[in-house]
Amino acid sequence: MTIKGKAYIAGIFEHPTRHAPDKSTAQLHAEVARGAIADAGLSKADIDGYFLAGDAPGGAWPMVDYLGLKVRHIDSTDTGGCSYLIHLGHAAEAIAAGKCSIALVTLAGKPRTGPMPPRAAGAEADFEAAYGATTHNAYGMCAMRHMHDYGTTSEQLAWIKVAASHHAQYNPHAFLKDVVTVEDVVNSPMISDPLHRLDCCVVTDGGGALIVTSEEIAKSLKKPLVRLIGHGEAMKGPRGGKDLDLTYSAGVWSGPRAFEEAGVTPQDIKYASIYDSFTITVLMQLEDLGFCRKGEGGKFVADGNLISGVGKLPFNTDGGGLCSNHPVNRGGMTKIIEAVRQLRGEAHPKVQVKNCDLAVAHGTGGLLGVRHAASTCILERV
Amino acid sequence: MSEAKKYPTPVTNPETKPFWDAAAQGKFMIKRCKTCGDAHYFPRSICPFCFSDKTEWEESSGEGTIYTFSLMRKSATGPYAIGYVTLKEGPSLMTNFVDCDLERLAIGQKVKVVFKPTDGAPLPFFTVV
Repeated sequence: MTIKGKAYIAGIFEHPTRHAPDKSTAQLHAEVARGAIADAGLSKADIDGYFLAGDAPGGAWPMVDYLGLKVRHIDSTDTGGCSYLIHLGHAAEAIAAGKCSIALVTLAGKPRTGPMPPRAAGAEADFEAAYGATTHNAYGMCAMRHMHDYGTTSEQLAWIKVAASHHAQYNPHAFLKDVVTVEDVVNSPMISDPLHRLDCCVVTDGGGALIVTSEEIAKSLKKPLVRLIGHGEAMKGPRGGKDLDLTYSAGVWSGPRAFEEAGVTPQDIKYASIYDSFTITVLMQLEDLGFCRKGEGGKFVADGNLISGVGKLPFNTDGGGLCSNHPVNRGGMTKIIEAVRQLRGEAHPKVQVKNCDLAVAHGTGGLLGVRHAASTCILERV
Repeated sequence: MSEAKKYPTPVTNPETKPFWDAAAQGKFMIKRCKTCGDAHYFPRSICPFCFSDKTEWEESSGEGTIYTFSLMRKSATGPYAIGYVTLKEGPSLMTNFVDCDLERLAIGQKVKVVFKPTDGAPLPFFTVV
């Protein structure tokens, strides 16, 4: 059994807003749903599967009702920022099994307007909550250990932000459009050692949506054909404190599964969307997915190797979460959307990868330095 | 600074109550599995490694080394240092470093447990030896 080639991404939409104090969160979900449905050339009545995560207010009951959907398949898997990459894989499973034929996936929210609701406590709460793990310091702890074990430097991490900023200058909707230098990054204020302000992603309101469908339906629509040919998901945590190693992520398991299913290798990939909550997130994911060996991520990202038209592996050509958009503090959705733009040939001409027929969209969710999920999607233009 | 910080009171539950009762006596407890022999933290009734229910409480030396850390400088309550400590007995755990120079923390440094009061059971923290 495989989902290889069973599901096509027929519609994509990224909300142009980055600050939406005048809109409700449910409204943003509806707006991105409308956008993706229109992009696919479908109507709401065609939707028979809905995939949503923890950002959808109230969960499945109120959202399905609010949007006025009539669905026969529902999946509210929440794994933080990579939920939507997992949804894409699950949608392919549901389509392959005949449980739905046109799936909608939405993400939206407003962390720039106001604080996000707290997460429910897990079994670890009494033993961890008091220590104040945040995104900044949880990823900082990974970077600190990676530097210790492998000699990774702040300057190498900075190259990831530099590459993102080179791409963001061409994105009219990007939150940060200015090109930055390695010096700009390492001279920006220290937030949580060893991560500087410019090692961090932006905080933006907004959202995005996908329409995932079968081969038959996709071929009846007008958009270039982009399909999922490999998918992996995995989770990692301290696991009782045995053999703690914060220098790798669950991507070491999700990545190989996805590449094996797709029958391709990292060396075949023309474009990579890699979740960039922080610069260290990208560096570790590139290693974990096999674009370079563990510990050599610093060398791999340096000197513009991630800049489209300059380096060997163009990444996050929309400017990514580091510069363009990080709606609801969850970067998985925009990773898929930019990968589809690249495969369709719809990326900005200045960053469009020539003959881009194979891409990876990969992300993590939760806290890399504590417990997190990872998901890898291999996408192909047919 | 961290000394003045008000820490949350552990909620506790039947599975973890012995840990907090011991903490009130100044003892830092871990769990060890009698079947596979490995110690783990935070404490569970069923071993997270071999899934045996033959786990028992063991007093930890409270001594360990810093696996990693990050000094959080952007905080409404002042800078604080989060990190992981690898205990002499094996398990690694998340903590904050207190009562020491946070600017001089380093991976591999020796640390030991210290308890800080809450409105209920005291919470374990670590300080540089």
